[in-house]
Amino acid sequence: MADKNPTPTQHKFFSLLPTQPSFPFMKYRRIAYMLSAALVLATVGWIVVKGPRYSVDFTGGTLLQIQTARALPADDVRATLDAAGFAGAEVQAAGTGAELLIRLPLQKVDPYPKIAAGLLQKFPDAKPELRREETVGPRIGGELRQKALWAVLFSLIGILIYVGLRYEFKFAVGAVIAIFHDVFAAFGILLFMDREISLTVVAALLTLAGYSVNDTIVVFDRIKERGKLLHKLSHEDVMNTAMNETLSRTIITSLTVFLATLALYIWGGEVINDFALCMLAGVIFGTYSSIYVASALALDIWNWLDNRKNAARKAKAA
Amino acid sequence: MPRNDLWKSLLVAGAVLLSLWTLWPSFQFYQLPREERISAPKDTPTAKLREKSIPLGLDLQGGMHLVLEVDRSKLPPEEAAGAVDRAIEVIRNRIDQFGVAEPIIQKQGDDRIVVQLPGLSDRERAKDLIGQTALLEFKLVRNQDEAAALFTRLDATLAAKARAGEIQVDTALVSRALSSLFLDFQAGGAFIGVADVPRATELLAAAGPDSVLSRDTQLLWGSEEGYAGRTGRWLYAVKREPEMTGGSVSNAIANPDDQNPGGWMVNMRLAGRGASDFARVTAANVNRQLAIVLDNTVRSAPRINERIPGGDARISGSFDAKDAKDLEIVLKAGALPAPVSIAEERSVGPSLGQDSIDAGFKSALIGTLFVIVFMIVYYQGAGLIAIAALILNILLLFAGLAGLGATLTLPGIAGVVLTIGMAVDANVLIFERIREELRNGKSVRTAIELGYDRAFRTILDANVTTLISAAFLFQFGTGPIKGFAVTLSLGLLANMFTAVFFTRMIFDLITHRRSLTRLSI
Repeated sequence: MADKNPTPTQHKFFSLLPTQPSFPFMKYRRIAYMLSAALVLATVGWIVVKGPRYSVDFTGGTLLQIQTARALPADDVRATLDAAGFAGAEVQAAGTGAELLIRLPLQKVDPYPKIAAGLLQKFPDAKPELRREETVGPRIGGELRQKALWAVLFSLIGILIYVGLRYEFKFAVGAVIAIFHDVFAAFGILLFMDREISLTVVAALLTLAGYSVNDTIVVFDRIKERGKLLHKLSHEDVMNTAMNETLSRTIITSLTVFLATLALYIWGGEVINDFALCMLAGVIFGTYSSIYVASALALDIWNWLDNRKNAARKAKAA
Repeated sequence: MPRNDLWKSLLVAGAVLLSLWTLWPSFQFYQLPREERISAPKDTPTAKLREKSIPLGLDLQGGMHLVLEVDRSKLPPEEAAGAVDRAIEVIRNRIDQFGVAEPIIQKQGDDRIVVQLPGLSDRERAKDLIGQTALLEFKLVRNQDEAAALFTRLDATLAAKARAGEIQVDTALVSRALSSLFLDFQAGGAFIGVADVPRATELLAAAGPDSVLSRDTQLLWGSEEGYAGRTGRWLYAVKREPEMTGGSVSNAIANPDDQNPGGWMVNMRLAGRGASDFARVTAANVNRQLAIVLDNTVRSAPRINERIPGGDARISGSFDAKDAKDLEIVLKAGALPAPVSIAEERSVGPSLGQDSIDAGFKSALIGTLFVIVFMIVYYQGAGLIAIAALILNILLLFAGLAGLGATLTLPGIAGVVLTIGMAVDANVLIFERIREELRNGKSVRTAIELGYDRAFRTILDANVTTLISAAFLFQFGTGPIKGFAVTLSLGLLANMFTAVFFTRMIFDLITHRRSLTRLSI
């Protein structure tokens, strides 16, 4: 097999980036640290102060999705529910507006007939139709919380073990922190947008935890490869080279997932919307974090380890 | 064609044919109208087709998912053990008579029953039917004097509590708090208007009837009915100990009520000991009222005119045709050994299910188009190969679903969409690598070789972590989430075959035939 063409061919490829970029990514890592820390802290703060809005999956209670012939003003619906004996019901317009999402504490008897009758009395032309009903009792709610927690815990441990086995310490630490960063950041976006945390959202968070490592692995593999070839360069330069070389694939792989998820977000319908939003946010943060969290931290740990080694050597020599 | 390439091509062709063959029943089945798909009875060609097709989750086809909890706390230990299994039998009988195709009824854990009814439209009726204990008892109604004395005692107790400030009662009525609500009082019961029923219930709770009543008497409500031009419910004073229970109903039939035009009743026949017990009870209590009590509600309280020897009884009392039919079903299927309560319900109406299917497939289609356009613009010829791999990937994914009999759910469709986005990632990594090698001056064939070798490990790593998440989601997730974990895992596994093996084969086929100096990539 020939290693070189007899006459070197000039290849032309369509590309996002006109020439090989040489952007000094690592120079700006401290700014990125601050942004990331701010985002994660905001999320944690929100969780502590306001608390996430959990769906009936976790809190127990009833969710009703009712379609009506025309959009009904939420305030009037709330008043109607109050009158029907459902004080404290949460009412929200959904879908195209002619749909109501009603959340109730757990009821002894099926609340829908009474609600439908109440709506018909107040809005005779409403034509209510029950599209979805979810009721979760307290015991099952508790179990679902537990199971979600187990799923999160076990998958994170599984991924951590895999990354730990596959990479040296400095890279593994960076990748792991990047996973947490991505999950928290995506969770934060859902919180800030007042979305409900349901089982489906937990599934999305776990999927993006698995996916978050993808880009990181691409960059890491290149850093390892370049580290061997370019050992005269500083760690920072090795990393910048690797990142610039893999930049276009980092962007493109994320872009394809982003495009598919975007279609899901726009056209996938109400029920799956939170899931899609979570994945969208996760894909963006995952791309960013593979450079500015995973690799940047790996660089700082790498430098720190070297400094310690040098200091030890000097102490020995002296 | 080199021998190696030939084998590879045959393998791919075989996989495609096998997938198409596996998917063919699903393709035929989902062409049928929804009604036929859902209600086709067992052993028809449609039902056989259904067994071989990819099942849709309740969130897509519409239907009801119930988790019932069996309350065994009041059962003696020897009965508690088998109570859930017996309850499942009873519920299965009831559902069979209700007529739902392909119901799923399973035990879960120690005291739970999962009931899944696909395509169900009347969820309230189904819930009533499943949830009724259907405990049928025959209790003697106290005579008028006994009942009057009892209500007087209750009024006195309430008056004392009102004076002590424990309850609020209109001062003018303080000595007759309960009996002032009576519209009529005769035999062993009082008739209370429907608007006053909640107030009466509240007063009874406040009086603590158990403490006031003699130990062997209890108060039971009748079902709502019209009486003397008013709507209301009778409050009966009955003997606490039942004369007999309806455990031995051999048959029950709903009929129009001949004494109440427009109304319905249920005729039932008691068998064996039930019939002789009934004969004995009726003989001993001629001229008294016998309350027929279903789940602690008096359905009717007929006067016993004479001994009834044959075991024929009838239950009447404000039934419409549907109520009577449902009562027929529960009487025939027997009573639940213990009360059940609904611990979880997830119902999706058929219109939302269809909307979810439409939206899911629309977004999958648009997502695919996005990816196709992008790949072809960016990688041209090689992009086409990646698209072929993507389409093969989706084909294998669905064939895997059909082969495993795994259910497609709405999150499952989301898993398909994610797969579409992630499927080309592997090819992007390979193609970028090939481009790089070409830029470094390698020949086309060498560049392809190196591109695949170097990218493979990265692709494997990237997929493994996502598979780890999917595995735990499958382990701990509920039905729809399991569907997501399955499609995502199948998609990624198929991806290793299509994005690496299949595209490599195409490249080889192209480059082995002629020596290329340029690659459209």
